[in-house]
Amino acid sequence: MARKIMFKDAINEAMRLEMERDKSVILLGLDVAGAAGTEQQRDAWGGVLGVTKGLYPLFPDRVIDTPISESAYIGAAVGASACGMRAVGELMFSDFMGVCFDQLYNQAAKFRYMFGGKAVTPVTIRTMIGAGFSAAAQHSQSPYSMFAHVPGLKCIIPSNPYDAKGLLAASIADDDPCVFFEHKALYTMKGEVPEEHYTIPLGQANVIQEGKDVTIVALARMVQFAEKAAKKLAKDGIECTIIDPRTISPMDWNAIYSSVEKTGRLVVVDESYDLCGVASDICGHVAQNVFGALKSAPQMVTAPFVPTPFASNLEAAYLPDANKIEAAVRKTME
Amino acid sequence: MKAQLSKEDLLKAYRKMREIREFEDRVHVEFAKGTLPGFVHLYSGEEAVAVGICEHLNDLDRIASTHRGHGHCIAKGVELEGMMAEIYGKKTGTCGGKGGSMHIADLDKGMMGANGIVGAGPPLIAGAALASKLRKDGSVGVVFFGDGASNQGTNFESMNFAVTLDLPMIFVLENNGYAESTSTKYSAKVGSDNIADRARGFGMPAVTVDGNDFFAVYEAAGEAIERARKGGGPTFIECKTMRYFGHFEGDAQTYRPKDEVKNARASNCPLKRFAAAVTSAGLVEAAELEAVDKSVLDQVEKAVKAAEVAPQPDLDALMTDVYVSY
Repeated sequence: MARKIMFKDAINEAMRLEMERDKSVILLGLDVAGAAGTEQQRDAWGGVLGVTKGLYPLFPDRVIDTPISESAYIGAAVGASACGMRAVGELMFSDFMGVCFDQLYNQAAKFRYMFGGKAVTPVTIRTMIGAGFSAAAQHSQSPYSMFAHVPGLKCIIPSNPYDAKGLLAASIADDDPCVFFEHKALYTMKGEVPEEHYTIPLGQANVIQEGKDVTIVALARMVQFAEKAAKKLAKDGIECTIIDPRTISPMDWNAIYSSVEKTGRLVVVDESYDLCGVASDICGHVAQNVFGALKSAPQMVTAPFVPTPFASNLEAAYLPDANKIEAAVRKTME
Repeated sequence: MKAQLSKEDLLKAYRKMREIREFEDRVHVEFAKGTLPGFVHLYSGEEAVAVGICEHLNDLDRIASTHRGHGHCIAKGVELEGMMAEIYGKKTGTCGGKGGSMHIADLDKGMMGANGIVGAGPPLIAGAALASKLRKDGSVGVVFFGDGASNQGTNFESMNFAVTLDLPMIFVLENNGYAESTSTKYSAKVGSDNIADRARGFGMPAVTVDGNDFFAVYEAAGEAIERARKGGGPTFIECKTMRYFGHFEGDAQTYRPKDEVKNARASNCPLKRFAAAVTSAGLVEAAELEAVDKSVLDQVEKAVKAAEVAPQPDLDALMTDVYVSY
């Protein structure tokens, strides 16, 4: 049995292994080492939550602290990657995408197409998502659907330490621009992770459990809530399949369609919004492609269409949870 | 300069600085107990900047703040009880518990919000200043931002914009030496001694002052704000200061020299310096300052007690106030 490590350590290990394997891998971001320009020991932070701690002593030339200039350093990660490097840019919170988005959605995403297939931009942007910490409206969002809406970007959303390591390794090694979303509530989650290098293909869903009655599709932290709901439903004889797409662009449509063809019922759980979001997208695709298999209307369990509130009681009401998932599953069974 | 301030003004300025210090020190204590939700960034040590600037402002003047926003709120006249309740996530908070520490705003007081996005303030205040200019009401816009934010494109663009449109805007750079854990010696190589030098390149008056000296800040601000009110365009004021706590509460601060804060508290505290200046000049009695200290302590205690017992927001509040109409 493999050793158990935390989600954040799995990310750190993937970074380290990729930097060992490939000298063109560099890391750019705010305080990814820390204490730059001070008299004190470098690597003071290792990122705001310590995810990259320990990398700077190993790769002092390739772990690069930047000024707080997201347009410049995310753009530089893109530019360096278009020039033979394999840069990882750490955009601390995905909420900060607005400061630098052009460099991703107009530049990195479009180079290859606009330039007639000649450009290769193997950049990876790592960034945090997720509510649950009373971090309020500008530090709690999960805006991956905005990135997934852009052709040319790949969007990766791991839900456990094993996937985090394998998917990050695959993202860094991938020749296209990848945006890798890390749910901050998962950082301390422990799981079995092999010590050696491995990758998980982008675009391959993980079927976590199979059950004949309902297909639940869930992302990131929502997978845990789906498992909890499924366990409870099982006591009443309702058997759930749980699918974690792991990447939303590319999306493993076959995994979802073939499951819905078996169960005839669909619940999609997403911490983000229903309007123009991942949940509505999945429901739409299922309706268009496997409508005949559906026994009931697909259900979405998402955050309500409001910014993330600060007060803890409001935030709890805002977030999807096992009870809401259970209710949605029961509705598909009516 | 000191003589131009009445005793009443001096006591008011001191009170505001003391309110900030006691408020922040208390939030520090309460946060350490684990009773406060979310992320908290404290302003202790930088009081002379917020108060030295805001003493010149009225409710029509707009300010934009940062993630380290409590000091700006207090200096601009936001009520302590509402602020504390907001930080506790309570219904009685300035924003009904929906914004929290990083988003306290009081538009009636001209306080356009603390902000979770580094460098978000300068364009917003350029807009506020543009509105002032078009309305011709003599009001000004003041943006507070840190040395970290000084490296954001939004800041450079706003400096150019303010000069181009000749806006009544003041850029107040709070240079506390650290962008999170990164020294300005690293992150601001251009103008690392005086980041204000950059602003001069955009063609606006720029000064660097001792941000721990209330009177130095007050004087520079007075000149800049008067010029802006008269249509003389933007000014950049760099205030060299120091934060007494970490970037956020919980920051171990291993990037700082061991005695940096201790020494600053002992010899360069803006409140102690203010008190020494006004008492030695015979403008205010020490006992009068002590009375302020005591009164502020009571005020903060009251705010904490009120916040503790205040109700959480009604659950209906989750869905309200996203739009004016929808």
